Amino acid sequence: MGRYVLRRLLQLIPVFIGTTFLIYWLVWSLPGDAFAGKCGDRPCPDAYVQAMMDKFNLGDPLIVQYGKYMLNVLQGNFGETFRGLDVGELIGEAYPNTIRLALVALAIEAVIGLAAGVLTGLRGRGFLDNLVLVSTLFLISLPVFVTGFVLQITLGFELKWIKTTVSASPAPWEHLIVPGFVLGSLSMAYVTRLTRTSIAENKRADYVRTATAKGLRQRRVVGVHLLRNSAIPVVTFLGTDLGALMGGAIVTEGIFDIKGIGSLVYDGIIGKEGVTVTGVVTLLVMVYLLSNLLVDLLYAVLDPRIRYD
Amino acid sequence: MRKPRWIAASVMPLALALTIAGCGGGSEDTGSGGTTGGNTGAADADGALSAFGTEPENPLVPGNTTESGGSKVIRALFVGLTRYDPVTGESKNAVAKEIATTDSKTYKITLNSGWKFHDGTPVKAKNFVDAWNYTAYSPNGQQGASFFEQVQGYKDVHTEDPDGTAGPQKAPEPTAKEMSGLKVVDDSTFEVNLNAPFAVFPLKLGYNPFFPLPDSFFADQKAFEAKPIGNGPFKFVSRKPNAEIVLTRNDDYAGDDKAKFKDLTFKIFESNEAAYTAIVGGDLDFLDTIPPTGIAGGKYKQDLEGRNGSTPYMGNQTLTFPYYDPTYTNADLRKALSLAINRQEIVDKIFDGTRIPADGWVNPAVPGYAKGQCGDLCTYNPEKAKEYLAKSGFKGTVKLSTNADGGHKDWMTATCNSIKNALGIECLYEPIPTFAETRQKINARQMNAIFRTGWIADYPSIENFLNQLYRTGASSNDGEYTSPKLDAILAKADSAPSVDEANKLYQEGERVLAEDFPVIPLWNQTAQYGWSERLDNARLSSLRELDLTSVTVKKK
Repeated sequence: MGRYVLRRLLQLIPVFIGTTFLIYWLVWSLPGDAFAGKCGDRPCPDAYVQAMMDKFNLGDPLIVQYGKYMLNVLQGNFGETFRGLDVGELIGEAYPNTIRLALVALAIEAVIGLAAGVLTGLRGRGFLDNLVLVSTLFLISLPVFVTGFVLQITLGFELKWIKTTVSASPAPWEHLIVPGFVLGSLSMAYVTRLTRTSIAENKRADYVRTATAKGLRQRRVVGVHLLRNSAIPVVTFLGTDLGALMGGAIVTEGIFDIKGIGSLVYDGIIGKEGVTVTGVVTLLVMVYLLSNLLVDLLYAVLDPRIRYD
Repeated sequence: MRKPRWIAASVMPLALALTIAGCGGGSEDTGSGGTTGGNTGAADADGALSAFGTEPENPLVPGNTTESGGSKVIRALFVGLTRYDPVTGESKNAVAKEIATTDSKTYKITLNSGWKFHDGTPVKAKNFVDAWNYTAYSPNGQQGASFFEQVQGYKDVHTEDPDGTAGPQKAPEPTAKEMSGLKVVDDSTFEVNLNAPFAVFPLKLGYNPFFPLPDSFFADQKAFEAKPIGNGPFKFVSRKPNAEIVLTRNDDYAGDDKAKFKDLTFKIFESNEAAYTAIVGGDLDFLDTIPPTGIAGGKYKQDLEGRNGSTPYMGNQTLTFPYYDPTYTNADLRKALSLAINRQEIVDKIFDGTRIPADGWVNPAVPGYAKGQCGDLCTYNPEKAKEYLAKSGFKGTVKLSTNADGGHKDWMTATCNSIKNALGIECLYEPIPTFAETRQKINARQMNAIFRTGWIADYPSIENFLNQLYRTGASSNDGEYTSPKLDAILAKADSAPSVDEANKLYQEGERVLAEDFPVIPLWNQTAQYGWSERLDNARLSSLRELDLTSVTVKKK
């Protein structure tokens, strides 16, 4: 187990170097000149462009630029944006908001999704099953920005139940409930369907029949035996979804004006700021890898037959 | 998803606008100019308000701040020799007691006593001279450097890169660090010598690059950037990147335009749309640019009933011909295209009446503007357009282009359709993905289509609409237009002994544009803004910003 974890953690190093370089290179090769649009509808003065190019090593070849960047990162310095702001500070400010949003979304999709899935999976065909199937289909077919705007307009402007924008940073948890629902709605539908199928399938498994035959109470049969075995695909999905939620939060953050990483990445790409994009996206990759590792480790907890060494 | 970048693309760097109520009509709004929503309830002298902001493009140093996001903050923190009247845009003395000249070439500037920086040090002549020298010195890479180009000795402190920034050569080290034309006489007096007479020079002095800098700036620039120290009506408190910039009233402010409220927070939003949502929801107090989604169908007038205004400002929208592309060398063709654009209809249908069709190349809100300089060439006339087209012998496709991320698609397509219908030739709209890419192509002179250009005056003068745009080799002459005749008139106008005489010559220069037609004037801009229920007397200043001198916060 310990060796397995260590091996997985060591694997992070080449992935880290590979992704940072790829992202740095991608941003570097974006068309457009970083300083062409920085002075509005007039060309930037040459002296200004020259001073900026010198400051950000933009005259160097790509590999040298990347090398200088990595040296700084290893010393804990994420560099500066073209606006003269510290990227580390920006990330420190923005990441908690995105993480909070993703966690709220994850909690909502896990709780509602699992509950609805278990309920329909156990009951089988009937009105409730059909209702859940139709409503999840509806959610899956709606793009996130539609759900976002519709809820913002109805709950925010019309009914005035929620604040229409979450401009505070760090964002208060209670303001993130609706944005979290919007962000998690798609995955919630998937979790519901995944759980439903898994439960419906395992309901007829031998070990469930045995457990029932042993005279165990229904609650224990479902809660421990059935659910634990049915949870593996769901947990896999939820784990990888955390990373996807954080990356996909850009749209939701834009609608509700949450000060997360979304706008950082967007502005970074538009402004050709390799330093910002690399910093933010590399952290996303790390979150993704770590949550995957966590999922893999959870398998053993859920199913004791799984061994790691 | 595409985050609307309406602001970035359309807010040209130097947002300085002049309000002349009722100029040209075009909007029949409640709060045009000075009169605003009901003046109910007492004002809270210690009130706090939040205004819409965008993240400044550069550290908050006046000489390097020409875009609107940073300018708003800089102009609350600093005040220069002169300032512009919030309603008329007229230049008035602020720190300066007197700006005296006899020949428009040598200016003797005397300062008022009693002005202090926020750190308590007095504002001396030296602070202006040092700041100007710093901004003009090319290795400092300040955006506002070129505003000093008329000052004697500018060439010695500001060198050009011989082959552009992309080439292998670098700009040579300047031979001097200070411009010879600036001389400190004593603590409250200094002299400015220009290369040649320039009557309009004093009008520039209220603009950002001319602000003074405290001694502490030169001692520790990093510390200054982290906590800027100005001499203006507001003091810097704190800043959270991408979230907010907090200022508070400077109670030692020496000017007579003190603010009537205490705390000012610039809230940074991801987009105008988000800010609009916030102001309708009551989370923001002032929004200076209502997004297109709010303007469409006059939606903002319902959402912010009695809390909105509309005012013209010194900006216009034009279509520029690339002179380096042989397709558009024929002046008759250029005139035909101008005649084929139904400006009024596009303004009404696409912009909901929030633009004013142009009748010349200069915005009506600036001093020196003359009516109808375009003649009848800017009025829709399909018959005449066809005549000009026949004269030009042009057969082929006209192409229009601009950035796709600036919300220009609707009116560009409408313009194309208008040309198509009037002239019976093909017209294609070919957008370029981002604003930066578009600017890059324009700067590299690689445009192969007629392209959108916009201009917002830096300071209220007709001169600013001509010298920087149409002179041979001028910094914003994007189409590479050149006319020895116009150059000669402009040179004569620059050295005219008085502003009035200069303006007459500038107008004569503008008429040369009607002969050559290097650029099609389309319309002049107006700004739509809104405020929350907590504010009274809110209005947009001539600088297209919240007028900090008039606005009050209601007592709770």
